[in-house]
Amino acid sequence: MLYVVIIFLLASVYLYCLLGGADFGAGIIELFTRGKNKKLTRAVITKAIAPIWEANHMWLIITIVILFNAFPAIYAQISITLYIPLILLLVGIILRGTAFTFRHYDAIKDNSQEVYSRIFAVSSFIVSFFLGMLIGAVVSGKMMMHPTGFWESYLNPWLNLFSISTGLFITTIFAFTASVFLIGDNSDEILMPELIRKSKINSLIMVTAGAFVFLASIIEGIGFDRSFISNPFSLTFIALATIALPLLWKAIETRKIWQARIIAGAQLLFIISAFYSVYFPKIVIFKDAESLTLFNSAAPAVTINLLAWALLIGSLLIFPALFYLLRVFKRKENNDPL
Amino acid sequence: MDNLLAARFTMGLSLAFHIIFACIGMTMPFLMVVSHWMYLKRKDETYLRLTKTWSKGVAIFFAIGAVSGTALSFELGLLWPGFMKHAGAIIGMPFSWEGTAFFIEAICLGLFLYGWNKLNPYVHWAAGLMVGVSGVLSGVFVITANAWMNSPAGFDWVNGQAINIDPWKAMFNDAWISQSSHMIIGAFEATAFAVAGLHAILLLKRKNNLLHKRAMIIALAIGSVAAVLQPLSGDFSAKDVAKRQPIKLAAMEGQFETEKGAGLTIGGIPNEEKRITEYGIKIPKALSFLAYGNFEAEVKGLNDFPKEEWPPVATTHIAFQIMVASGTFLAAAGILFWILWLKKKEWLLHRKFLILAAVSAPLGFIALEAGWMVTEVGRQPWIIYKILTTAESVTPVPGQVFHLLIFIISYLILSFVAVWLMRRQIKALDENITEEQLKTAE
Ligand code: HDD
Ligand code: HEM
Ligand code: HEM
Repeated sequence: MLYVVIIFLLASVYLYCLLGGADFGAGIIELFTRGKNKKLTRAVITKAIAPIWEANHMWLIITIVILFNAFPAIYAQISITLYIPLILLLVGIILRGTAFTFRHYDAIKDNSQEVYSRIFAVSSFIVSFFLGMLIGAVVSGKMMMHPTGFWESYLNPWLNLFSISTGLFITTIFAFTASVFLIGDNSDEILMPELIRKSKINSLIMVTAGAFVFLASIIEGIGFDRSFISNPFSLTFIALATIALPLLWKAIETRKIWQARIIAGAQLLFIISAFYSVYFPKIVIFKDAESLTLFNSAAPAVTINLLAWALLIGSLLIFPALFYLLRVFKRKENNDPL
Repeated sequence: MDNLLAARFTMGLSLAFHIIFACIGMTMPFLMVVSHWMYLKRKDETYLRLTKTWSKGVAIFFAIGAVSGTALSFELGLLWPGFMKHAGAIIGMPFSWEGTAFFIEAICLGLFLYGWNKLNPYVHWAAGLMVGVSGVLSGVFVITANAWMNSPAGFDWVNGQAINIDPWKAMFNDAWISQSSHMIIGAFEATAFAVAGLHAILLLKRKNNLLHKRAMIIALAIGSVAAVLQPLSGDFSAKDVAKRQPIKLAAMEGQFETEKGAGLTIGGIPNEEKRITEYGIKIPKALSFLAYGNFEAEVKGLNDFPKEEWPPVATTHIAFQIMVASGTFLAAAGILFWILWLKKKEWLLHRKFLILAAVSAPLGFIALEAGWMVTEVGRQPWIIYKILTTAESVTPVPGQVFHLLIFIISYLILSFVAVWLMRRQIKALDENITEEQLKTAE
């Protein structure tokens, strides 16, 4: 049953990066769009994510719930060591979600729209960056079981080149997925070539940022680079992700919307799997102690069993409802009556 | 400010903030569903407009509820890692169900808000209903976790470790029924009176507006039932507290002496130094009766417990008085509503009644916050009653004041913007009222 829980944990991380990530990415794209396209982009984004962002956001909650129910030791450790980036992440989440909703529902559309938009776009970027940074931080091996001083305890674990590079990498991934997803939501012919151009550029930026993660690992002496190259799973996954890239471009060129979306989703899966293959089953890697793994810090079997059942039964309810939601709102003709 | 105190404030602040939106999230869908149903049955446009108006409010509040809830699920670990390390495995289960319920809620909300003209009307209506149902379910789940902190069960505590864990027993602990029923009724009461009060104020300004009239009636119909049930449920809760946490009961009542046939103190300020409650009015033997159903029963006073285990007595007592006073007032208002509804409907739009409704608007939420102060402050110094103290579980990270400050500022801004947005909604609504509607109203 532990494996069921682990699969759900990894799956919810993946789904959050895919669906939540696409929402964040939309904000990032908005942040970097200038000039006359800004209004159009904004409209597409609103149409695309308004009905589903709360549901997409739930994958984060599920991740957290699984962590503290099934792996309380990991949850407690992360909460202490990564306190500061977590607080910043939370503030970002609060700002982003509310600004987006306020922008959409404010009954009077005036200058305040600009303010909401600004907050939404900037905090999308911040949240993505800190999420990526946290992912890098737990495996960077800078955490200590018995740290001394503030720097070692609460700063160095995340304030290092490797975590920063994973933060940037995740940000570029989100922007990339979002740009592919948005093509399907757009029906404006003026904006279309612009979006297609963006998705191609974003894929290149993403690859560059990925290379930067390697570089950071070498500079920091973290060993991620060596483990990655000697790990057959990582290599296979990254090869798959690379092969997918030209396929994706082709799908985008020919406007095969769903094909493009699925390839982009698969690509994200490959990248995350390539990264995590290096570490599985470790979650928190200490400098001065045994790592916390999905096995050595699991809750007692009763808890795991009950959680596994709850997740299985819950997903029977959630997935059909979610598909229904997506089917209703991701069809082509979409108009917002409110 | 020391770290523990700052962390306690932050937790209390975040919860007190979240609960407002949680209650709105549990109750508003039901109000909408009633109004939406009336529209489907009668095809009266006012009900449609009312449903849409309410649903915009709900969308705004839901977003705040969702993000503040997300903050909370992190804060449990950020502020109380020592607690979560033990509690996660024992009481995590209801949280995982809560997660499922939220998911359904978020999905159905998406369907409801954006499904106009896209879904079959009855499927659409049912999506709205499901938002409410899953909201209430998630409320119940999360309360079982809080009840467990008051009434720990489902594990053995040996040498500072929990063994023989039984998550089912933990979830269905002694307090879960009394707490969750009282909470859910309270949520309905608080939200419904607030909504009714808001529309009453608007009615005072714009006489006879049909939309506001109907809104107020729907809200009062639901709120008044909750208001009458709530004191009964509160009495059940008090009897429960008497059994499982006698020291909390003593603090709530400001009772220092252990007495047979103890009197009920109304008002008054407990003085921990002198160990008496001053300036209160005593009703002879009433406390023994309320707590144990027997006028001669013995009620334990605080003096029977070591001073280190006392919760802050004055806060607990005063918060309890505020809750009961508001509850009594609202119950009376609820009964008055039914009498007028049955005998003199036109008086419901009388200025005096509208003012009464306006005055009642904040009372439910005041009672709700006060009730939580009773439960949470009254549990101190324990985080898990008689097992683990708050001081043992607080985070070692220094500088908690900054966390507190950041959250105070964020929540202030959010509250301010939320109020401002509501005013704009109302303004837009006012401007859109057509001559037509004013006519039908008369
Ligand atoms: C609309 C809100 C509201 C109103 C009018 C009342 N309450 Fe309440 N009360 C709550 C909202 C609430 C609450 C906020 O929901 C609490 C906090 C924890 C809980 O489970 O419910 C609570 C807690 C609470 C407790 C403590 C339970 C515990 O610690 O486990 C008692 C003894 C009462 N209430 C009793 C009453 C009585 C005798 C009332 C008489 C009118 C009353 N309440 C009105
Ligand atoms: C939403 C309504 C609630 C409100 C307004 C509320 C209020 C408070 C307050 C004021 C405190 C600080 C008490 C003190 O230190 O003197 C507190 C503490 C705490 N509450 Fe609640 N609470 C609520 C519900 C819950 C629920 C549902 C849970 C758990 C599932 C919970 C868990 C905690 C924890 C872990 C603490 C910190 C430890 C402690 O101070 O005992 N609370 N709450
Ligand atoms: C008395 C206590 C509580 C009650 C009754 C309650 C109830 C609710 C309800 C009804 C919602 C739906 C949101 C809405 O409609 O606005 C909600 C949201 C949420 N709550 Fe609470 N809650 C309580 C305390 C907590 C605590 C202690 C936590 C953290 C562990 C928490 C975590 C969440 C989360 C993560 C959400 C967001 C879910 C979403 O996105 O839909 N809640 N809560």
